[in-house]
Amino acid sequence: MVDKKNILEEIYGAIGQLNGELPPDSQLDSSAETVLFGAGSKLDSLGLVNLIVGTEQRLQDRFGVAVTIADERAMSQKNSPFRTVGTLADYVELLLGESSRE
Amino acid sequence: MSERPVMIITGTRKGIGRHLAEYYLARDFEVVGCSREESDLKDPHYRHFCLDVADETAVRDLFTAVRKDCGRLDVLVNNAGIASMNHVLLTPMKTVESITRTNIIGTFLFCREAAKLMQLARIGRIVNFATVATPLKLEGEALYAASKAAVVSLTEILARELAQLGITVNAVGPTPVHTDLIRSVPKDKMDALIDRQAIKRFGEFRDITNVIDFFIHPQSDFVTGQVVYLGGV
Repeated sequence: MVDKKNILEEIYGAIGQLNGELPPDSQLDSSAETVLFGAGSKLDSLGLVNLIVGTEQRLQDRFGVAVTIADERAMSQKNSPFRTVGTLADYVELLLGESSRE
Repeated sequence: MSERPVMIITGTRKGIGRHLAEYYLARDFEVVGCSREESDLKDPHYRHFCLDVADETAVRDLFTAVRKDCGRLDVLVNNAGIASMNHVLLTPMKTVESITRTNIIGTFLFCREAAKLMQLARIGRIVNFATVATPLKLEGEALYAASKAAVVSLTEILARELAQLGITVNAVGPTPVHTDLIRSVPKDKMDALIDRQAIKRFGEFRDITNVIDFFIHPQSDFVTGQVVYLGGV
């Protein structure tokens, strides 16, 4: 069972990887409150893509689960699940819960 | 991580894809191929996956295996393709679906998953397959030509979207080559087609590898979004 703590660890891991490529003033904090998308985000669109892809790959490597975070539902939600690290973790938890019930 | 550069080629069981696999194995690539059916190509540096290129889950599994086993992806060649010679009034829906799935969805899926892997190293080369049937507006090839027109659009736009990741995306547009793809096309149709080329002969495998070699050359990192049609079309 992959719980929220595990998911956050992998998102933080992906943030660490991404920070290695970012200038100091653009680096992200490993915190659930960190804004990823929209007003207040330090990430450009490419940075967000990298973070999502990195998180998908880390989840697959650690837990063997293939999850597509940027699915149709995520892209069409009124409140984007990519708004903060916390909302992203919530969305990943939802996706993993659904896939384990299939 | 693989010491050899890693190349994925789709549609490697026969025809141009098979030739490409052998050609790049001989040039010290680690080659990962795929097709719906098993391949009889045996080489310690070749690995084959049986899949439908439009099956998202199967395609993701292939890329996961490449990431875990090879740790890198240098080149993707989207060779897999289906053609069908039909008048529009005689084109079955099943043909429409299979051409769309293999030529457009398959190319898109492989580009998307390859870019995810290539962006880790901030370098990569994607080569798609277009066709002279598109610029020649070949009658009887409406759907095939349209599907490859979509591949051209994908190539041109992905070139822009992926440029920041160090990935180039280009396409080669072959003339007819003696393969199964054109086996059912009547000779007079084929002769008429060749007559519209500036250089009036069938294409050969070497014509295609020559263009791919150029696209994937390290010094071609400023070449992207281009479609090279062979034969002077």
